[in-house]
Amino acid sequence: MPDRDLDQAISRVFRAEHGTVVARLVAALGDFDRAEEALQDAFMQALQTWPQTGIPDRPGAWLTTVARNRGLDGLRRAKVFADKSASIRATAEALGDDRLRIDDTEEALDRAVMERALPDERLRLIFTCCHPALSNDARVALTLRMLGGLTTPEIARAFLVQEATMAQRLVRAKKKIHRANIPFRIPPADVLPERIDSVCAVVYLIFNEGYAVTDGEAWLRAELCEEGLRLGELLTRLLPASAEVRGLYALMLLHDARRRARVDEAGELVTLERQDRSLWDPSKTAKGIDQLTKALEMSSLGPYQLQAAISAEHATAPSWAATRWDRVLELYDRLLECVPSPMVALNRCVPLTMTGHHEAARGELARLEPVLRSHYKLAVVRAWLHAELGETGEARDAYARAIAGCTNAAERRHLERELRRRCED
Amino acid sequence: MQYMLLIYSEESDTPPPPEAQQEVLQAYFAYNEALKKAGAYVAGDALEATSTATTVRVRSSEALVTDGPFAETTEALGGYYLIDVENIDEAVAWAKKCPGSHHGTVEVRPVMVIPGDA
Repeated sequence: MPDRDLDQAISRVFRAEHGTVVARLVAALGDFDRAEEALQDAFMQALQTWPQTGIPDRPGAWLTTVARNRGLDGLRRAKVFADKSASIRATAEALGDDRLRIDDTEEALDRAVMERALPDERLRLIFTCCHPALSNDARVALTLRMLGGLTTPEIARAFLVQEATMAQRLVRAKKKIHRANIPFRIPPADVLPERIDSVCAVVYLIFNEGYAVTDGEAWLRAELCEEGLRLGELLTRLLPASAEVRGLYALMLLHDARRRARVDEAGELVTLERQDRSLWDPSKTAKGIDQLTKALEMSSLGPYQLQAAISAEHATAPSWAATRWDRVLELYDRLLECVPSPMVALNRCVPLTMTGHHEAARGELARLEPVLRSHYKLAVVRAWLHAELGETGEARDAYARAIAGCTNAAERRHLERELRRRCED
Repeated sequence: MQYMLLIYSEESDTPPPPEAQQEVLQAYFAYNEALKKAGAYVAGDALEATSTATTVRVRSSEALVTDGPFAETTEALGGYYLIDVENIDEAVAWAKKCPGSHHGTVEVRPVMVIPGDA
């Protein structure tokens, strides 16, 4: 294998194995920093050894062994081995035993079985990285760093912050895990659902950061989407009994299926209404619908499943006009019951309009005006509604307000094009 | 591991009616009992109002003693618990049960472990 191919192969292996190896190392060494340091050592050793020996059959196991030995050496040197391993033992005992209590509800029993059946260290790592005692920013950064294996500069670039800021954020988060004693474990059954919510929120945030059209570096955007999907897939495997986890994975797949159609040749944003549907990825759509169907079979409906169901309606519609808007509206009604947020109510105005409930949509917009104040998204929907109903003058005013309030350059250009297209014929 | 639960709440000039006071007191008694039963209790006290506070600062051997709290805030430190539990999850679970988090805000702070201090 030529050097360059080998280098690429090795870095692919590093990325693919990073999350698993770090998780095992944190479990073995009891400390995030030590685990990362040990892994870096192992990577260095691999870079020296593998070009001669070739990539081992089980590179993850190779890296884990080397890193763990390095890490344990370090621990011995630091002479804290005795009490560290005691605390690791204690954690292991807490995890192994005392988990499977015969509870009177079947659901609680299911959850306990699920927990016990999943000793995967990666799951513990996800729950620790997404712990509610950490700030949202810290959760996202830690998850990308520890599970995704993205470097600190990469994460900094993806979130458009200074490298030093991101480095400090990570250091602070790891310090808090250590000092406040955030446990490295799968949370107990009574808090598991809310903790799963927190993990889903982080994964969705990572995906959305990649999906949102901003002026960041394109490959990094794609990388974040891929990472979100990878984490979503991992979560569905690790928490197969959670309907919302599966709903989230379905939602990301269905969104991602449209990725290629969201930007035109000139790199400009194209909204759902005008996308070339032949560019959608049918295999991703099918996979998303399959995951959604499995989630819905669990009869435990939640906001991610509802959003995925809305996305699935669009994914299977032959065109914008021929979409089953009555069905979309129904799903929005359910979603609004689940998540009474003004943003959901605002988006619901689109299916309201498309099903002919024009006055209801107008009323909704008027009701939302004081709630959303001057949020530009309100003006965007208002402009669309007026244009749709042929009220060009009002549409023009609303577009102007939307353009003035929009801070995202790509989206602003899109709104300017819409203004020209819809109001200046 | 030890955690301090710092209870912040609004101080009012007019004391609440006796029944309401009694209710809060009962809630704290029950909470104390629960902490002790779980073996988590180390210490806990309520503090007099910030109007009784005295602030002391020594600079260049000069002591500056002033009337009033360190900082004038709408929510003032009104009491604390020192608890000994396994990890942050348990500490937060106790903070959720603390009556203080229902009428005010509870800040959970890990107690610093000084290396070499047994």
